[in-house]
Amino acid sequence: MNREKLTIISNRQVNATVWEMKLSGCAEQRPGQFVNIALDGRFLRRPISVCDWNAGVLTLLYKVVGKGTSQMAAMTAGERLDVLTGLGNGFNLEAAGSKPLLVGGGIGTAPMYYLAKKLIEVGKPVNVILGFNKADEVIYVAEFEALGAKVTVATADGSLGVKGFVTDALPAVDYDFFYACGPMPMFRALEGKVCTEGQYSFEERMGCGTGICMGCTCKTMLGAKRVCKDGPVFDRKEVIW
Amino acid sequence: MVKDLSVNLCGVGLDNPVVPASGTFGFGLEMAEVYDINCLGAISIKGTTRDARFGNPTPRIAECEMGMINSVGLQNPGVDAVIAHEIPALRKVYSKPIIANISGFAVEEYVECCSKMDKVDDVQILEVNVSCPNVHNGGMAFGTSAEAAAEVTRAVKAVTTKPVFVKLSPNVTDIVSIAKACEEAGADGITLINTMLGMRIDIARRRPVIANKMGGFSGRAVFPVAVRMVYQVANACSIPVMGCGGVATAEDVIEMMMAGATAVQVGAENLRNPFACKEIIEDLPKVMERLGINSLNEIIGIVK
Repeated sequence: MNREKLTIISNRQVNATVWEMKLSGCAEQRPGQFVNIALDGRFLRRPISVCDWNAGVLTLLYKVVGKGTSQMAAMTAGERLDVLTGLGNGFNLEAAGSKPLLVGGGIGTAPMYYLAKKLIEVGKPVNVILGFNKADEVIYVAEFEALGAKVTVATADGSLGVKGFVTDALPAVDYDFFYACGPMPMFRALEGKVCTEGQYSFEERMGCGTGICMGCTCKTMLGAKRVCKDGPVFDRKEVIW
Repeated sequence: MVKDLSVNLCGVGLDNPVVPASGTFGFGLEMAEVYDINCLGAISIKGTTRDARFGNPTPRIAECEMGMINSVGLQNPGVDAVIAHEIPALRKVYSKPIIANISGFAVEEYVECCSKMDKVDDVQILEVNVSCPNVHNGGMAFGTSAEAAAEVTRAVKAVTTKPVFVKLSPNVTDIVSIAKACEEAGADGITLINTMLGMRIDIARRRPVIANKMGGFSGRAVFPVAVRMVYQVANACSIPVMGCGGVATAEDVIEMMMAGATAVQVGAENLRNPFACKEIIEDLPKVMERLGINSLNEIIGIVK
């Protein structure tokens, strides 16, 4: 964990509710880790997953859902943020197998980008399934394709790609390990269909983000674990559904 | 001039009065990864019960203006595991005083835990928590009645020779009568305040934010209440007080000490700034210089 003063390079609206912020001055991050951002007037920090990191530039994709994220959306280039970086365990890239599948649901797409990039860097053919409610919520497809990933989009209303959920796109994909980030209903559906080992990145309301308050603890097959410190990524075999 | 930050808690010397409050610093190891925690006056480790506890369902946290509500529910691995694993692990990276914080659901549980902690050389002070608002049938129930608080105090004093601080709840009508009852029952000191019982509602979903509905409110917003209660108790009792509640700056530490605190705990601020205790300790000499204070002992309870 580091506490850093990062400078906003850009902050652009991606769709109706999602924004992309780029910040400079950031120490190296691992895929699946998150940062925790202090905001004026907000008592607790805002945990946001790492979407990308490249040569000191941190990219965050965040959904505006409340006061804190609204405040972030109003920020402009040049502003500085007090950020705790390098939080959480991150994905296990060693486990990827020869044909990894990456599944992102909604804003859970964000951490999959950096993971895809790192897996492609080491020569893995990466399949990505992204699930959204409708076409105008779809994010980052071109960015994933630019990395060389094969992307399948599923929308619940069928307005883009496969009609249905990420699980409806699953039969067409050949994979031997999976990584997933998204809402719990997506995880539960996925859990009923996947046939390999994998990792899930969980979300929970946090206090500290550093492992000291026990605010975000969950039950696992290996006992009580803190989503912020022992997670947010958990192996499929340790998750209790 | 070199500033004297040292204080004495019932014979236990602290390099400075700053102590991370129980539940906001784990068992010290996470913060030891990011800075040298030997700068701390002491550490009050995560509240410990006889049996291992998972705690309450999530969400356990609700943000508020200038504060937060938590309902962790005393998650801990149980007293035997704390003694076997957590305290030895902390001792490897930390040589200053350790305060063991004990909770229970019956007098016998407090007694059993304190009796075990009494035999641990690495523990210097026991802090008996009779004020946790997040568990049913125990915790705060002991701290909202003078008789029950005194009963717990008497029972644990009978099984330990270590100094016993009783950590009190602010959710009471008359804090002084409870503190005095603890003093008369043999308490060596009083820690206050624990969190204030609070609640938030998610108005879009029409339900409480916290799974357990209510929880303990803490953070900067409670500071004036904490100062008031420390002042009242310090004036009414002759045993030392550890002040706690909303402390975020070196100025807050000095204010709390002027109200009567001998040591000062930092709680929720650790969650928003993991370096809070370290920064407060580094700032203290500068603030003392500005205020013309040479030794912190000069100002304990100076406000009458």
